[in-house]
Amino acid sequence: MTTIVTDNCQGSRFTDCVTVCPVHAFHGDDEMLYIDQEVCIDCGACIPVCPVQAIYEEPIPEDKQHWIAINESRAPGLPVILKKQDPYPGAEERKKELGFA
Amino acid sequence: MAPLGTAQNPVRAAIVGSGPSGFYAAEALFDSDQVVLVDMFERLPSPFGLVRSGVAPDHPKLKQPIQLYQKIAESPNFRFLGNVTVGRDLSVEELQRCYHVLIFACGAEADRRLGIPGEHLAGSHTATEFVGWYNGHPDYRDREFDLSHETAVVIGQGNVAVDVCRILCKTMDELVHTDIASHAIEVLAQSRIRDVYMIGRRGPAQAKFTHQELRELGQLKDCDPIVARGELELNPPSREELLDKNNRAGGKSYEVLQSFAARSAPTRSRRCHIRFLRSPLALEGEGRLERVLLARNRLEGTPSQQVARETGEVERLECGLLFRSIGYRGTAISGVPFDARQGIFPNRDGRIVDGQGNALPGMYATGWIKRGPTGLIGTNRADSLATVAALQADLPHLSTTVKAGADGLLPLLQSRGVRVVSYADWQKIDAAEVRRGESAGKPREKFTRVHEMMQAIEPPTPPRRLAVELAGTALAMVSNLAENPR
Repeated sequence: MTTIVTDNCQGSRFTDCVTVCPVHAFHGDDEMLYIDQEVCIDCGACIPVCPVQAIYEEPIPEDKQHWIAINESRAPGLPVILKKQDPYPGAEERKKELGFA
Repeated sequence: MAPLGTAQNPVRAAIVGSGPSGFYAAEALFDSDQVVLVDMFERLPSPFGLVRSGVAPDHPKLKQPIQLYQKIAESPNFRFLGNVTVGRDLSVEELQRCYHVLIFACGAEADRRLGIPGEHLAGSHTATEFVGWYNGHPDYRDREFDLSHETAVVIGQGNVAVDVCRILCKTMDELVHTDIASHAIEVLAQSRIRDVYMIGRRGPAQAKFTHQELRELGQLKDCDPIVARGELELNPPSREELLDKNNRAGGKSYEVLQSFAARSAPTRSRRCHIRFLRSPLALEGEGRLERVLLARNRLEGTPSQQVARETGEVERLECGLLFRSIGYRGTAISGVPFDARQGIFPNRDGRIVDGQGNALPGMYATGWIKRGPTGLIGTNRADSLATVAALQADLPHLSTTVKAGADGLLPLLQSRGVRVVSYADWQKIDAAEVRRGESAGKPREKFTRVHEMMQAIEPPTPPRRLAVELAGTALAMVSNLAENPR
């Protein structure tokens, strides 16, 4: 099973997801967050709380599948994010652009 | 007097309950510049709440948060006090004398009633007790379930209802290597159940199960999921609910239901039927459950606020076993305000309030006892972060008297005959359960009675050693007699 962060996180980085992760699976760089595939338990708690629906679970749509390798490779080397942080500047505009209220 | 939050006057926090919300509260409390000491009270000898005794045995990944709780428990500023029932072994007032803040994370262990005639009939049970029973919870060890009937009904369509259906429909092969209680496997192995009905009072767009759980009903070795096409009709508000971009999950669940409806005729030994728009009006039978009287419903109202209304039509479904799975409910603790309608401790942002809505100083709630029995395991983390944020904002306004913490309570507990279980004690119980499971190819064989857990902490002299000692004594006596004949 797989749960991954994908492109909508770029330029938004709301980090609401980290508050509901029961196992500390989120890691982040300045750009976006990633899910450590070894730690994630696929509980699905993060998916509905992302304001821009950046997180996908199985079945992963074809156009998002390349994000699996990105989450797998980048997450472990980055710091764990445990607390909600301020979103990226311009995140609210990005959210509207993406069609979310 | 040293300021509160320093080593000389640490913040003393008592957490009542050791499930996820309790541990996430401890985690949040430790994330502070102040010195905080946490004592966690749990009425069972074993910690971890519903992650241990609620999550289904065939969902082992969902138990992995326990690894995080173990790390938190091993923190030097954390202390576990198991086998202590707050409200019985200790009063809330006694706790308040020894701690600056109390956080109630005691969850919801009771269940909501249907409130219909016949609910008490033999064969009528709650999901709460069935789940506790198959998960080896000591409170439910002696429940009995008669699985000799061919038809079982589950009222409710949340994830707990899906768990109950799945466990009733799985083969022994699919269950024997899990941490399911062995007494449950023995009973399930004799099951003659062939048809399980999962019944909800509203429509397919409103069911509370998540699509991941629902999907599993279509992946069972010897059970076919059955959804009649007619059950999937949507009224316009329901269609709108499913098309709502913010309800991606609802759409996925509906697709799974459609895939079930599209399957060819069932061929396997068992069938799991999913039915909508039906409410139980009464349980009927002579001395025991024989059938359930169901009302047919229609939906009324605006999207996301649709309610079920009886149409006047009824039908009867023959069944010998019924589980109501319509929600867990919190239980009152003497000394804490209780909202009996919702089954929670009344609160605002986690601050417990009295009947007039005034926050009670130093009293907090988190998890299901705060917000009701909703959400996933991780939901409790956000919940506890919020409660502890409120608590941390309140700290400057609290009494700064030095508090004794558990050291102030241990003599009292001892005088009351309570044998407190430490975290190190629990680790012995834990190791023993894992050892017992090894030979059976199970992750663990749980102890299902409190006295068995307590014995695992201080095992009595093993029989073999006793026999050797006795034999040695006898040998000494015999040789003594041989050397000193009378």
